[in-house]
Amino acid sequence: MSEGGIVASFVVPVHPHTVLAPDQNPGWRKLRDAYDDAAATIKDLNADLIIIYSTTWPSIIGHQIQADPNPEWVLVDHDFHDLGSISYSFNIDAAFAHAWNDASEKRGLQSRCVNYKGFPIDVGSVVALTLLNPDNKIPAVIVSSNMYANRSETTVLAKSCLDVVKAQGRRAVAVTAMSLSNRMFTDFIDAKQDKIHSLKDDEWNRKILEFLEQGRMEDVGQLSRTIHQQIRVQKVVAFKPMWWLSAMNGNRNDLTGKVLAYEAIHGAGCAVVHIDPTPSGAGEKEYDEDDVEYFHGERGVLDSGEEDSADTQHEHEQPSDGGQKIERNGPALWDPTEAEGSVNTDAAPKPVGAYPHARKVGDMLFLSGVGPRQPGTNAIPGGPIHDENGEPLDYDIKAQTHAVVDNVKRIVEEAGATMDQVVDVTTFLVDMKRDFSGYNEVWAQTLGKVGPTRTTLAIDALPTPIAVEMKVIVHLGE
Amino acid sequence: MSWWLLYKNKDADDELNLTDLGSVMGKGQIVAGCIAPHPPHLVYAENPPQNEPVAEGGWEQLRWGYERLRDSLADKEYDAIVLLSPHWQTYVGTHFLGLPQFEGLSVDPIFPNLFRYHYDMTVDVELAKAIHDEAEAAGLPVKMMENPDFRVDYGTITTGHLFNPDWDKPIVVISSNRSTAYYSVEVMQEIMVELGKATRKAIEASGKKVVVLASNSLSHRHFTTESEMPEDMSKEHITSHAMHLWDMRIIEYMRTGQSQRILDEMPEFTEQAIAESDGGGISWLLSTLDTPDYPAILHGYGTIIGTGNAVVEWPCYQHEVTAA
Repeated sequence: MSEGGIVASFVVPVHPHTVLAPDQNPGWRKLRDAYDDAAATIKDLNADLIIIYSTTWPSIIGHQIQADPNPEWVLVDHDFHDLGSISYSFNIDAAFAHAWNDASEKRGLQSRCVNYKGFPIDVGSVVALTLLNPDNKIPAVIVSSNMYANRSETTVLAKSCLDVVKAQGRRAVAVTAMSLSNRMFTDFIDAKQDKIHSLKDDEWNRKILEFLEQGRMEDVGQLSRTIHQQIRVQKVVAFKPMWWLSAMNGNRNDLTGKVLAYEAIHGAGCAVVHIDPTPSGAGEKEYDEDDVEYFHGERGVLDSGEEDSADTQHEHEQPSDGGQKIERNGPALWDPTEAEGSVNTDAAPKPVGAYPHARKVGDMLFLSGVGPRQPGTNAIPGGPIHDENGEPLDYDIKAQTHAVVDNVKRIVEEAGATMDQVVDVTTFLVDMKRDFSGYNEVWAQTLGKVGPTRTTLAIDALPTPIAVEMKVIVHLGE
Repeated sequence: MSWWLLYKNKDADDELNLTDLGSVMGKGQIVAGCIAPHPPHLVYAENPPQNEPVAEGGWEQLRWGYERLRDSLADKEYDAIVLLSPHWQTYVGTHFLGLPQFEGLSVDPIFPNLFRYHYDMTVDVELAKAIHDEAEAAGLPVKMMENPDFRVDYGTITTGHLFNPDWDKPIVVISSNRSTAYYSVEVMQEIMVELGKATRKAIEASGKKVVVLASNSLSHRHFTTESEMPEDMSKEHITSHAMHLWDMRIIEYMRTGQSQRILDEMPEFTEQAIAESDGGGISWLLSTLDTPDYPAILHGYGTIIGTGNAVVEWPCYQHEVTAA
């Protein structure tokens, strides 16, 4: 059996107009025609699996994967019920769904299969499968969009899916059912007068499509948080499908993209985009966000009260599947506080007290002291400076310093800023004589190129067994 | 001026002018207004015959709260229930169920393991249309939902079942217009306050006695994992102390008749407690009740998968002049 893979990816719109009323508006007709072209392409590729990630199926308990082999019902949209009903009867690959669920759990994710008669398959999935797989010959699988999932969780979800695609040798098509800008008009409109909600939304949509047409999927993923802030309804579903689709394509920037249609549906930006995995020749570009393999995020919260009761924890937790250890050499970890202006991220290590990762005041951003501990695992790159009994250990100051800078970067970017806006750094070293040289070398390679002012102090100890910590100030203005 | 305002201002007069009152109030009356949360866990835990999954109990504090609410209104006559559900989310205006009967199977897309409920409900289309028309006259985008294939959302069914397990009263179901998702909590609240005024006006003009329900949780941060046995109450608690503080603050305002403070603090509450008030239900309810300055009755409080939930009743029948 040859190794499977993604033979094509598509971005498709979610609203029912393309199924129920394509001829009420020329733009809706173009989207429908593009949908039909996409269906023909999938057929020509001899794909044997369609994987739908739908933004209109939100979930709370991890991700849910549809596993009813033949879900049947009649869908009526909550908003556009006057357009009519869509009867569906889908061909779901339940075996793949269960294998995906197993693979997700192995990678540390919370997920579950759902197989219940009458389960309300969401409008995005129904529209996408109805139009992309009209004769229902290609088996499909549908996954929800977890409302709390961050980038790492969404990326790992894609990787667990790819594990199964490869293991089963499938020729799979990855589909995100989503809008670009998702702001609709809040009043009823004449179908013929439909247009993108605002010029700003339109400009952002066109920029996204320009990137996709250039095959720059990873760049769109990198911009996901910014895009969400700019053109998306804020709650529930972020612009996270691009994280998933990018990871499904190996987080590449050299794909071959083609925009088949871009139009408005009741003001929302809707597009049909074909992403071909064939390298465009543009060359691989830098991938500068963590390429996460295993999810270490917030899980087991139901037991958190018991776990956090000890003031100091020294145990090493070992996941049952052999994943990475969670280091607990040091004080108990806290959730960051959330006072006004606080900036917190799962991509940075948890605090060791009641404080946020950073806090905005006017156009200034003040970071709490940042060390090298890793988010999720709490591991210290370069090793801790002493063991659980306080016995000194050899450690790598350069690795620790690199990790500090990486953590600073994650917090700064969570605030919507960039590292070149860092204006002042105070560094604390627990062993100036031993570590200054190595620390200074990494500084020159990283923050030294940005040029913030710097003060380096020798101190007696830090709360965790680390050698270096930085206190950073960022100017958010022009 | 509504007849409630006339009544509230009566101290300025020697005696309430019943002639003026009669000219504006019609015969309709709001008997009570309630916050009636809808997590499907409550139906699941109760094991009604309509629901397929079977539980070993759980969430008793809230279920008994609902029991106390039902007892509180057991001897009160009313003709219909008006309910706003945050799980019928509409982004283009406010919608109303517009057919007399809906039946079918409701499966919760988030907790399908807990809620697969066979429902059969009667809609008061006349009252729904009356509220629709009043809201339209007030300038709000509105639409009647008249597609017979429409599947009623699980929030409506959960609250409908827990408040009235016999389903023997017709119901008006109003969608949650997600204005806050586009603009801000302030804009949401402006719209919901207008919708509340229109709701009250239509009820008063209808000649019907009505109970008004906001199907709503308070703080709304969920756990992202579920116990192997979902009803394992040893795992149930609020997600954070901050959420608890917000819930208690809002409940205290309710218990002490400070509705206006709830409206005033709605933006902070909604943002900081990730509260389900973003769906507009609480703002709409308080507006429908004319921002009551009398105490509400707290029938129960509890958490469900980490979210804060309260069963609360404003006993309008004790405070407003009855038409009879």
